[in-house]
Formats: sequence, C-alpha cells, structure tokens
Amino acid sequence: MTPELKGFLLVSGIKVSVAFGTLFLIIAFVTWLERRVAAWIQNRIGPNRVGPFGLFQPIADGIKNFVKEELLPGQADRTLFILAPAMAFVPSLLLFAVIPFAAPLPVSFDFTLPVLGRFVHVGPVSMVIADLPIGFLFILAISSLAVYGIVFAGWSSGNKYSLLGGLRSSAQMVSYEIAMGMSLVPVLLVGGNVKLTELVRLQQDSLWFILALTVGFVLFAISALAENNRLPFDLPEAEGELVGGYHTEYSSMRFATFFLAEYGALVTMSALMATLFFGGWDIPGSWDEGEPSVIVSLATLAMFLAKTFFFILCYIWIRWTLPRFRFDQLMALGWKVMLPLVLTYIMILATAVWAFDTAGLAFGRTYVVALFGVNVVLLLAILWGLDRNRIIWGQRLTREGSV
Amino acid sequence: MAIRVVVVKRPEREISYLRAALKGMAMTFRHLLQKKFTMQYPEQRSTDDWSLSPRWRGTHRMLTDEQGRAKCVACGLCPQICPANCIKLVPGEDEVGHRYPLIYEIDEFRCVFCGYCQEVCPEEAIHVGVHYENAEYERERFVYDLERLCAQTHPVSTLWDPSDPKGE
Repeated sequence: MTPELKGFLLVSGIKVSVAFGTLFLIIAFVTWLERRVAAWIQNRIGPNRVGPFGLFQPIADGIKNFVKEELLPGQADRTLFILAPAMAFVPSLLLFAVIPFAAPLPVSFDFTLPVLGRFVHVGPVSMVIADLPIGFLFILAISSLAVYGIVFAGWSSGNKYSLLGGLRSSAQMVSYEIAMGMSLVPVLLVGGNVKLTELVRLQQDSLWFILALTVGFVLFAISALAENNRLPFDLPEAEGELVGGYHTEYSSMRFATFFLAEYGALVTMSALMATLFFGGWDIPGSWDEGEPSVIVSLATLAMFLAKTFFFILCYIWIRWTLPRFRFDQLMALGWKVMLPLVLTYIMILATAVWAFDTAGLAFGRTYVVALFGVNVVLLLAILWGLDRNRIIWGQRLTREGSV
Repeated sequence: MAIRVVVVKRPEREISYLRAALKGMAMTFRHLLQKKFTMQYPEQRSTDDWSLSPRWRGTHRMLTDEQGRAKCVACGLCPQICPANCIKLVPGEDEVGHRYPLIYEIDEFRCVFCGYCQEVCPEEAIHVGVHYENAEYERERFVYDLERLCAQTHPVSTLWDPSDPKGE
C-alpha cells in the first residue's frame, strides 16, 4: 500500500465513523424532537423529565429497549424475522454516505507509525463519505431496498396484521418510488448532473434549485413522505387498523431497529431535500466560496444541519397535522395524481429549458429566475386551478355516487 | 356491485386538498405556540383550573375525639347500610357502658365509595376522604383497620347536600 492510499483510508475511516456517529446522535435527538413537537402541537409539554428538557429520554428509551425481552413468535419464519430489522435499517443509513455535508476541509499530514508505516494526505478533503458519480441515482436505488425489510418483517411474523402492513408498504413504496424518481428528473434537466457535490456547486454558483424547481420540490417532498411511511401515508403501520402493521410482532431492540430505520430515513430524506433543492451546505452570499478553511467547513456544516432540521421539523409538523389517507385514496393519489402531474411538469420544464437554450440563455442567475417564473405560474395553477374536484382528485364521484 | 356513496355538495374551499392542508398546518402551528395545559403532577397537585372537588369520595378516614380515641360508638349503622358489605364491625362495651368498636375494618377493594357510611353515621366518625393516592405493595394492605383509619390526615368529603344541591 502506498502512503497516499493509507492516508486516504485513514481519512475515509474517520469520516465514516464521525458521520455515522453524528447521524445516530441526530436520530436520537429527532425521536425526542418528534415527541416534544407533537406534545406542543397538542398543547402538552412532552418528555421533560430525563435530563435537561428531557434530552436524555432517547438514551433512557434505548436502555429500556436493550433490557426488554426479545420475543420470537412461534409461528415466525426465524431467519427472515431476525434479518428483517437489519434489512430495513442498513439502507436508511447507507443513503447518508453520498450526501455532502460541509465545505471541503483542508487537511494535510505526513507521519509514520511504527507498524503501519507512512501515511500521507495532501489537500482539501471533500466532506462527503463517498462522492459517487451516480449521485442521487444511488439514493433512489438504495432507498427502494428499504421495502424489503418491511415486506420480510410482515411476511415472516406469521401474523395477518403484519402481513397486511407489509403488503400495503410494498404497494405504497413501489408506487411512490416512481413519482419520487420522476420528480428528480427536473433536477437532472436543470443541473445536467446527478453527482451531489456537483449539484451543490451549481447551486452555489447560481441560485438554489428551490427557485428553479419549486413544483418539483413539492412533488418530491410529498413522495418522500410516502416513501418514508410517514403520516399522512403511514399505512404500513396504521395503528388504528393493523395494530402495529409490519412490526406488530417485534419487541425490544428489534423493534427499536425499525424505529431507528424510520428516523434514519427521515433524517436522510431531509438532508437530501436540503442538498438537492436548498443548496446543500451553501451559505447564501459568496463568503463560503473562497479558500477551504476549518471555519468555513464548520459554518457550512452548521448551515447544512440547520437546513436538514428545518425539513425534519416540517415532516414532524405535517405528521401531527394531517390525518391518515385511506388505502385507495393513497393509491389514487400516487398513480392518478402524482404521476401525471410529475410527467406534465417534466414536459413543461423540458420545454422551458429547451426554449432558454435556444434563446441562448446560459445557466446562471437569470436562467434560474426565469425558471422560477414558470414555476410560480405552475404552482398557482395547481393551488387554485387544479385542486380537488378539478384535476387533482384521483377518484371522480359521479352524481349517482358510484365511483 | 359498487357500494353506494352519498355525495354531499360542499363549497369548493371546504374540499380542496392543498389549501385545506395548508390551513391545517397553520392551525397546528398556532397550537405549537399556545399555552400548555399539562399539570406537572407529582410536584403540582392542583392548578387554578383544576383541583379535587370537596365532594370527592375517596378512601376512608375515622375522626377521633380529644383523647385520640375513635369517635365511633359501634352503633352498627354503617355495616348495615353499606351496599358493598365492606365494613366489618365487632362492638364492645367498657365498664362505664360506653360502646366502642373492638374491630373496625374497611375493605377498600370492595368499597364502592358511595359515601353512605358517612351519611348514616350519627357521631360523624367515619368519613370518605378527599384523597386518591392509595398505591400499596400488597393486597392485604387494602383492608384498613381502625388504627389506620384514625391515622389518616387527608381532608374529608363534604358529600352532596340535598338542601343545597349546587354546593353554595
């Protein structure tokens, strides 16, 4: 091994452990945040006993889950039952690997260890664990793997409620994956790239993509809700109908793993929204675009976390506002509303991009602002022109009342 | 055959998806900032809006006279009237002819907290209490004997007065 390779491995190892350690901390914090915000919305206080402001509540919950009995139902398919939580958990963490979370950090070292030999690293380290050239395609690919964990859990429990939960989730996640993938096509159209670091750089140079792709963001956010099984689309669990859905038979740490997977996916999706549409770690202005330095890295990291937490809060807020969809409504929304809408949007946007290119407008601030104009018109059209019973309404009821 | 669905014609603003969702979000956000109603129970047992009613009928208390003896004269009215049959009374009499209870036990598990014992008591001895924290480690501890009943210190219920139904 060359000293450079060893240096790379060292840097990557540190990045992986620090990033995932932080991710776990954030997940723990988010479970606390969810309960607090839920309580505030319901005019309650929420967990405030363990530690300052109840911040140690997730730790207490973790200890509780560790010491509880792990039940293995007699009718369960043993191998799949044990495998399922891990299969749900791993994809949600894996997604985080491709998300750039701060400006490059200048690191240089050259030292020699007694047994391991010489380590060399020169120049800025990009603050992303794996800067894959396939970028968000990787995210779409891996996030769809999460459905296996849930389906396996539902099947292997040997319980009809679990099975129904698993069934629902497979139908739901497969349906909304299409809308989600499609809603990222506009990003590709405007950015011309799927690499996330590259997209962040583009947004830094011009304006954030939320302006150029407002409608795309809305569609992506809605499908992300469905993809993460969050309310109003949490039909796989649907505690009122299915007891606990796919995790009815799970207890102690195996249940907690599902729980962590859910919140991990929540954090990653929020981070992805921040990266794709809100400039990633970009701080408005050009202050963070100079030479890499530790201060810039830390500031951009804080900015990235702030954006991510903004979306997490929005998710929580939506969860405690909207009631759950019925299953046929969910499917109708996915196939009869989201998909046509996102396809239409791609067409309109592609036409706009083509028109701009033909007119000789190069990518930059003017380009983005012009696209924003198109988006505002579309958004107003959706909000006032196409709302329910006009076009955005999966099931049209006839006057006689049959569907 | 399709299930018949009754279609109610509603104004458009009431049935919109997106606008209605945004309206709902605005409402929950207002609630997020509003005053919270939680009472921090073990530290805080009553608030301005909530306290235990003076007519609350909880576990019993036997009142005592100046010498610390139970006021009970073992007349036998309370076991007689008790609909749950939870009072055990064995009367005794001392050398000057004063009656007193040899055994006086109330099984709080059987008790239905009707308050008849307090109502019927001619000596105002047995009372139901304004009290609700009764947890014990053993079931046996829920049979309160005379000593325990006398040792209770919580306030006693005022019960409902038919001549003053609103408690004024």
